[in-house]
Amino acid sequence: MKLLVAVKRVPDPEAKIRVKPDGNSIVTEQLKFVINPFDEIAVEEALRIKEKLGGEVVVLSIGPSEAAEQVRTALAMGADRGVLVKTDGAYADPGIIARALAEVAKQEGFDVLLMGKQAVDTDYGQTCGMLAQILGVPCASFAYKVEVEGESKRLVVVREVDGGLETKLIGMPCIVTADLRLNEPRYASLPGIMKAKKKEIRQISLEELGVEVTPKLRVESLEEPPKRQGGRKVGSVEELVRALHDEAKVI
Amino acid sequence: MSRGCFQEEHGIFRRNFRQFIEKEVAPYTLDWEEKGEWPKSVLRRMGELGFLGLRHKEEHGGAGADYLYTVVMAEELPRCGVSGFPMGIMVHTDMATPIIGKLGSPEQVERFLKPAIRGEKLAALAITEPQAGSDVGAIKTSAKKDGGEYVINGSKLFITNGANADFLTLAVKTAPEQGLHGISFFLFPTDTPGFQVTKKLKKMGNHSSDTAELVFEDARVPKEYLLGEENMGFYYIMQNFQGERLIAAVAAVAGSQLLLDLTIQYAKDRQAFGRPIIKFQVNRHKIVDMATRIAVARSFVYDVCGAFNEFDSAQSADPAHAVPFELVKEISMAKLFATEAAKLVADECVQLHGGYGYIEEFPVARAYRDTRLLSIGGGTSEIMKEIIGKIMDL
Ligand SMILES: Cc1cc2nc3c(=O)[nH]c(=O)nc-3n(C[C@H](O)[C@H](O)[C@H](O)COP(=O)(O)OP(=O)(O)OC[C@H]3O[C@@H](n4cnc5c(N)ncnc54)[C@H](O)[C@@H]3O)c2cc1C
Repeated sequence: MKLLVAVKRVPDPEAKIRVKPDGNSIVTEQLKFVINPFDEIAVEEALRIKEKLGGEVVVLSIGPSEAAEQVRTALAMGADRGVLVKTDGAYADPGIIARALAEVAKQEGFDVLLMGKQAVDTDYGQTCGMLAQILGVPCASFAYKVEVEGESKRLVVVREVDGGLETKLIGMPCIVTADLRLNEPRYASLPGIMKAKKKEIRQISLEELGVEVTPKLRVESLEEPPKRQGGRKVGSVEELVRALHDEAKVI
Repeated sequence: MSRGCFQEEHGIFRRNFRQFIEKEVAPYTLDWEEKGEWPKSVLRRMGELGFLGLRHKEEHGGAGADYLYTVVMAEELPRCGVSGFPMGIMVHTDMATPIIGKLGSPEQVERFLKPAIRGEKLAALAITEPQAGSDVGAIKTSAKKDGGEYVINGSKLFITNGANADFLTLAVKTAPEQGLHGISFFLFPTDTPGFQVTKKLKKMGNHSSDTAELVFEDARVPKEYLLGEENMGFYYIMQNFQGERLIAAVAAVAGSQLLLDLTIQYAKDRQAFGRPIIKFQVNRHKIVDMATRIAVARSFVYDVCGAFNEFDSAQSADPAHAVPFELVKEISMAKLFATEAAKLVADECVQLHGGYGYIEEFPVARAYRDTRLLSIGGGTSEIMKEIIGKIMDL
């Protein structure tokens, strides 16, 4: 079983994000970065499939050179090797990411390509659909449970949909995106971390892959959410209802 | 965080270990504070995850990792919200067991060290006695040879993990007339007849860690449980507890930083005379002083950690290789400076909290009590100064 997992380097969801004075990027000095949490779940799922059926888990990332750290983290969890496509700081929209992933996926070949259902920094959730279209393979998104159906080269994917679960049977090669409850990712063991140092990470640039690097999306501006105001004490229920109705406009 | 001597893989380990502490430990520590101890299930879980054998050899079930991983662990443990549990764990991983890895016979490694690394057996280090703390040479607990066994009599006091330990790394006198040069170490199973936990001591702080008084009455252990050579104990103490002493400095810096961060937030939120109290220059300066002191302490502690790591990596093959005096001096300085700084920070943080700082619900109250131990345990500040003074030839 050849398993590819796409992981994205994103700011630590717990970190406080500040917008740069230029208004369309964020302050990255001192900021901690992690693997996109949904991608971490995808890595875990790939490792579990490999542990059951054998094969190879290759981790892909598109991003700055520093994203090697996230690839290395996935290798420490147990993935076999990594590929890092370097963007050298240029903005890459989902279309560019999808085309880059498609190129690497074609070079590598795969049975299942896993990724998180969305990246927690940009929340686009578009890459999987675009990638499936480019590669011409089926895609099961928001996976809640994944099982390989016997020897059949088909996957049973249970998905979380509004109001319930949906079970899909899809043929390989295919793309699966991980939802929050798919699994609980493991901690990388210390021997795993030390072994990861010796695992291969192939580094290439977008240009070398032959991917068009002009984005079709442009970030116009970023804004911080409004500052939380301190609370206020009201004297009576009437006053509270009036404030909720007239000022907060929630009732 | 990325400062000092750490590399990318230390960072990966840090995030993993932090996640473990925040998810699987922090939610329970206040409970353990009430109970006066932490459960052995955590020890087993940490064993499973390989957290108990970071710098132990691979053939002993450890990870064979460098000292800096232990530094990372000591920096992240305080995030569990209390100091008692980290102390219990570090006593197990870094005070009571590394010496077995260095000096232990294959049988000792099999019986004591491997189960300790797997988290199946809890270890304690028993040196201090009612009449002998700083003055280690004054210990009286004795071990007399009787055929194939040693007969142990005496008592130990202030022993961390003592009430629940499965075995002790125990210092005794085998040649009482020789003072410091009559001390030996034994590995002592706590189910040995004649051994008793006579008291679980109530303490000012570190409530989640149990601290015990232990008594030995004609407790017999096989001679095979003698650790290293007879009467070499004091030398082993000087040689093997330097890394552990440095860890106390690391923990002091990390704990102070957490406490300061929390206090800064409090000082921003708390209003008096129409503005946040941080807007009073006197408080701002106080915070800056603390931040500076912590930064200076960290910088020096990291520097010494780097030096110790180099020494430790180079010498691991040869247990008899002595820690150079210059390094012993700096380690003692690091412990002295960092733990005294931590006390100061804790005191000022309570002050900045005003009355709330004195109320149990506020973490700063607990931290204040817990921090008080740092300049006493593992060698007092005065003893650090004695060591430094001696090496400086004063
Ligand atoms: C919570 C807790 C946990 C502990 N855990 C352990 C453990 O797991 N294992 C263990 O073996 N021990 C443990 N200890 C004991 C600890 O290491 C000792 O308390 C410490 O070394 C000090 O010894 P003492 O209490 O006998 O004080 P003393 O040695 O009696 O010292 C009293 C005072 O005199 C000062 N003093 C002593 N000698 C000199 C000198 N030469 N010059 C100047 N001043 C001096 C000291 O600095 C101190 O201020 C623990 C203690 C506590 C409180």
